[in-house]
Amino acid sequence: MRVGIDVGSTTVKCVVLDDCNRLVYSTYERHFSQITQKIAEILNAAAEAVPECVNAPLAMSGSAGMGIAQNCGVDFVQEVYATRVAANTFLPGTDAIIELGGEDAKILFLTGGMEFRMNGTCAGGTGAFIDQMATLLDVELGELNTLAASYEKIYTIASRCGVFAKTDIQPLLNQGARKNDIAASIFCAVVNQTVAGLAQGREIKGNVVYLGGPLTFMPELRNRFDIELGTKGACPENSLYYVAMGAALCAENAVDFNELREKTANYSGSGNFAFNPPLFETEKDYADFTERHGRANVKTAELKGYNGGTYIGIDAGSTTVKAVVMGENNEILFSKYLPNSGNPVPIIKEFFEELYRMAPDIKITAGAVTGYGEEIIKNAFGVDYGIVETVAHFTAAKFFMPDVEFVIDIGGQDIKCFKVHAGAIDNIFLNEACSSGCGSFLQTFANALGYSIEDFSKLGLFGRHPVDLGSRCTVFMNSSVKQAQKDGATIEDISAGLSLSVVKNALYKVIRASTPDELGKKIVVQGGTFLNDAVLRAFEQEMGVQVVRPTIAGLMGAYGAALYAKDKAKTDGTKKSSVCTADELTSFVHKISVVNCGMCSNNCRLTVNTFADGRKFIGGNRCEKPITKKSPDTELNIYEYKQQLLESYKPVKGSRGVVGLPMGLNLYEMLPFWHTFFTKLGFEVVHSPLNSKNIYRKGTHTIPSDTVCFPAKLIHGHVQTLIDDGVKTIFYPCLSYNIDEGLGDNHYNCPVVAYYPEVIKSNMSDIEKITFINPYLGIHRPKDFPKKAFTALSEYFQGLTQREVNDASKAAYAEYKAYLQKIREKGEEIIEKSRASGKQIIVLSGRPYHVDPEINHGIDRLISSLGASIISEDVISSRVNKFHTGVLNQWTYHSRLYAAAKYVGTQKDMNLVQLVSFGCGVDAITTDEVRDILEKSGKIYTQIKIDEITNLGAVKIRLRSLFATL
Amino acid sequence: MAKLKYDKNGRLLFTKEMKKEYTILFPMMAPIHFNIVRNVFLHYGYNAVLLDTDGPEIAQTGLKYVHNDTCYPALLVIGQFIHALQSGKYDLDRTALMITQTGGGCRASNYIHLLRKALRKAGFEQVPVVSLNLSGMEKNSGFRITLPMVLRIVSAVVYGDMLMLLNNQIKPYEVRQGESAELVDRWTEKLTDQFARGLGYKTKEIEENLDKICADFKKIEVDRVPKIKVGIVGEIYVKYARLGNNDLERFLEEQDCEICLPGLMGFGLFKVDNRLEDCKLYGGSRIKYRAVKFLMDYLTRIEEIMAQSAVKYGFTPPYEYKNTKKAVKDVIGYGSKMGEGWLLTAEMIELAETGFENIVCTQPFGCLPNHINGKGMIRKIRSINPKANIVAIDYDPGATYVNQENRIKLMLAVAKENLSAASAVTEEL
Repeated sequence: MRVGIDVGSTTVKCVVLDDCNRLVYSTYERHFSQITQKIAEILNAAAEAVPECVNAPLAMSGSAGMGIAQNCGVDFVQEVYATRVAANTFLPGTDAIIELGGEDAKILFLTGGMEFRMNGTCAGGTGAFIDQMATLLDVELGELNTLAASYEKIYTIASRCGVFAKTDIQPLLNQGARKNDIAASIFCAVVNQTVAGLAQGREIKGNVVYLGGPLTFMPELRNRFDIELGTKGACPENSLYYVAMGAALCAENAVDFNELREKTANYSGSGNFAFNPPLFETEKDYADFTERHGRANVKTAELKGYNGGTYIGIDAGSTTVKAVVMGENNEILFSKYLPNSGNPVPIIKEFFEELYRMAPDIKITAGAVTGYGEEIIKNAFGVDYGIVETVAHFTAAKFFMPDVEFVIDIGGQDIKCFKVHAGAIDNIFLNEACSSGCGSFLQTFANALGYSIEDFSKLGLFGRHPVDLGSRCTVFMNSSVKQAQKDGATIEDISAGLSLSVVKNALYKVIRASTPDELGKKIVVQGGTFLNDAVLRAFEQEMGVQVVRPTIAGLMGAYGAALYAKDKAKTDGTKKSSVCTADELTSFVHKISVVNCGMCSNNCRLTVNTFADGRKFIGGNRCEKPITKKSPDTELNIYEYKQQLLESYKPVKGSRGVVGLPMGLNLYEMLPFWHTFFTKLGFEVVHSPLNSKNIYRKGTHTIPSDTVCFPAKLIHGHVQTLIDDGVKTIFYPCLSYNIDEGLGDNHYNCPVVAYYPEVIKSNMSDIEKITFINPYLGIHRPKDFPKKAFTALSEYFQGLTQREVNDASKAAYAEYKAYLQKIREKGEEIIEKSRASGKQIIVLSGRPYHVDPEINHGIDRLISSLGASIISEDVISSRVNKFHTGVLNQWTYHSRLYAAAKYVGTQKDMNLVQLVSFGCGVDAITTDEVRDILEKSGKIYTQIKIDEITNLGAVKIRLRSLFATL
Repeated sequence: MAKLKYDKNGRLLFTKEMKKEYTILFPMMAPIHFNIVRNVFLHYGYNAVLLDTDGPEIAQTGLKYVHNDTCYPALLVIGQFIHALQSGKYDLDRTALMITQTGGGCRASNYIHLLRKALRKAGFEQVPVVSLNLSGMEKNSGFRITLPMVLRIVSAVVYGDMLMLLNNQIKPYEVRQGESAELVDRWTEKLTDQFARGLGYKTKEIEENLDKICADFKKIEVDRVPKIKVGIVGEIYVKYARLGNNDLERFLEEQDCEICLPGLMGFGLFKVDNRLEDCKLYGGSRIKYRAVKFLMDYLTRIEEIMAQSAVKYGFTPPYEYKNTKKAVKDVIGYGSKMGEGWLLTAEMIELAETGFENIVCTQPFGCLPNHINGKGMIRKIRSINPKANIVAIDYDPGATYVNQENRIKLMLAVAKENLSAASAVTEEL
């Protein structure tokens, strides 16, 4: 008889095996992080069921079991290894195992070179991720599975981590996409994540076995794996217990249950964790604090009997919907704060129904709506105005503090902050897709630990040693919390610590402030999350200032919208709102269908909302085409022009055969160079598409590092596309240096851009089928280049002569120069035309390969649709001389950024927007520097982080806020 | 008090007066090496203090003053500096900081600028920063690297490498615990004393010292039971610095492993050799090439001496750069030079070939060159040597020990199985 205990991140499993390795007892329970108690319970239960096991050999496994095992002197078996041991015994003939746990994903290759893989620190939880998504959809896990069974369409949902996926799902929900489709898409994202993160170039084939909680409980998830892997995997009996069984099989030393129970009960960790001072020292401190904040309130009045004009403000946020009815004296007559369980339309409908029931004779003068659901609500209910969230919040903040200098709003899903300068919004900070740490984060945590959010945050108020959890994404936080628990932190300390980490996240990741002086002295905090006193206190403590938190902190967006509606109605002379009347509401119908747009190559998935009178509202579109039936204005958009220009380099038949170029990283802008070079030498030059649409997935299973930037990951797909198209020779050079444009101290490429060909060569198995040419070349030394290029290429091609290469090189440099010149000329033309028509000019800057629409997600078109024209950094970078920067200016592409920022500072009608790829290490340096340069000349800096998928909703808020300040 | 002087771009200079009055702080990395190097600075009249502080406040301070997406070593080193300046231990008007600057295409070349930005943010604008580099970047009248100083630093690295190597080979097996560590301390003192008397850095003297060091270690009584052998490679800071890798060496010692950390000499040679490779690949001046070649030959000669003395006393010799370089031929190009470049790949191959097939590849989260040379090459290395059992670990302010240790333990579980299989085979024979 042997016993195995598997203490995972969310559950505890215990098994007893008899001497023939038959499973005689098993149990599986969630532990809600009360690990030691749970272990004691489980031991009792096992002892009762199988009395003879109380002194049997026992071993522990699982990520949360490590510390306890060590402390109690019990044998510990690493969990992946345990799985492997169990599989050897119970599942001979298995080739690969996919095991998903609460927070870990594992793939084990058992045959053909044994390899075990676990997700890295960034990959995000899998079970925890699915839990989060179910919460988001407001369904039980089982229901999620049922929903996924009958789907029609799969949406692309970011699979990098839960937070990303959330930002993709939220807009889908707001646009009215079907839950069935979303559920199936979530499973698809899990599969993609597992494959992209763990397969790393190895094919998953043969006898595949699925283990662990999520795969056991959700047949649709298994099904999704089957589809994506093109295989038929099995989920064996006892699939939940493989880790525990493996531990049991490895158990050698007998353990006395009573002793172990005692030891685990006494296990309280080292008590050695980093902590902060308590939020409140005494009850009195807390009382003073609540009294002070209670003063920032708003007048209220009875709705019944009120007969003046009213103004309606609606804030359709990501996790909550807020609505306010305001009277002529800015008093709140009625308000509503409701969770948004996906689709805001029925919630707002109920709000109106309730309103009309209470006050059938209400006179609505005007209404305004803001937030994620702005467009759909405006359309559905005929709301008069829509305003961008930042403006709504600013309007409300001004009401409480007319000379406010800084506003920070932490909502369910986003953090919005802005500085106010001379009465206008000056500098906007929004959280990037990676740094969640918002309200929903606290909520998820509270639920995971078995508390309501209210109770949970109250616990934190008097925690003696608030844990220092740092400021990172949810996934990291999960393991930090686990570590703290292991070290003996109480639930009070953890609650307080999480509130602190929300604040730190906002301050140091989003705002990047180090002292309160940077934010100003007059601060208004708002958003639902600040209603939480622990978060509010943590903020004041961390910044060392007293701030104003209006009692209606959660309603500020809606209240601001109402104030805005009132103001706007006055200027417009509106007397009666166009909002749905009570009558109209009775016949309110809302239908949703999903179609593919098909009006351009993007083929966006559209959700079409149809209302009673036949009005339609379309969501999911990236441009205005499906609505206006017209192409977006491409004339004043250099991104469009660059694509067309690159597209003009067509293959020319040549005697020496075909050379293929993968379009991305260091080749994107160099196409004119290499196209000319090889064409001159008599090669036919083909290239992979300039738009990476649909090719990313072709290469995901060959990506070795899941934290590399998206443009690098895309290259795998490009190379695969070329190989699939039958190209036998691919040229993709390593370039340490780029061309010296005289703008910086050096002219490097970043390490990824410089050396990615090496990764391709070593990780894509199909490369072995072709000739892959990746020499190290020095294009920065035009004099030496021909000789070196000749030597490098002669290895692969017979009969080349130095002379030919000399001529080809000369032509290549000339063509590259001409290409850059054309861009500058076109840019000049755009600038002139914009100035003639009084348009704003946006310098949309990044790297040359950000021109790929699959990388920039059509942000250029979005800007066009907002009425501005677009140039890129290379149009204007040559207009300034080399100047001193605060950082080492040593990368060619990045030098252009600094130069462009400098030039923008001298132009009234230009503003710079920087595209930053998630995971770009170099941009951690450039973004701060570009911001400094711009701010020195009084310009606003706008950064947009982009990744595999980008939530254009957030991008739009940012851009609209920018335009609102101009 | 020394006057604050600035260059034309507004950089605060480290002046001759400062040299007399100022304390210079510099961050700990490889403990054995850096303690000896510090003594070289002392000898040349710089009041150098090696910052060996630790604790979570350091990363927290870093997060506060440095862009949070910057690599972890920058966060730590800058956090450590600012934490020290805020501690009240140092006179802020008489303290300078020193940091290395490589000038390569990696982000690391920007640390010094990020440090200055952070100092401004934290209100320490009066604190000068000295760049320690061999490329002639950022000159200061009060800080000059002379040839004798370079020779001493080189020899400090040589001794550091040797002491680290032998300590790692002896410590897990020593019969009387602590003997090996004690010997390291004793030799650190001895060498410091020699430097002070102008001895210990000429080739001949190095040869004699190394011989004595090996002889001393040989005297330590050992019990050779088979142990799991683990190699550590990675981004240079997290590879060596306790603060960066959550004291990885100690963790592995606790797991009863023998460790091998390839030395700093290899990295030094790699950086020098890059200049030659650049000339070969892209063209360049002949004269410069010859000058660099001269240095290269000198360092290669020293490496040979190191290997010979180790072999003479029956130790596993340190890896020699020329062999390391050969090991990676046709795997990755010699032009891949940013960060640790191809050297990192080569070290993994060499470790695996010499019995250290269990490898921890350490890198800061999101380290750019390691996407290529570390994680990007593991598949290839395994195809060359299927025994290679490599785990890549990311270090980051948010990464927890639990997560890291769990992954290392997986690697160790496989290692243990391989070890018992191997000893079973040996027993049968």
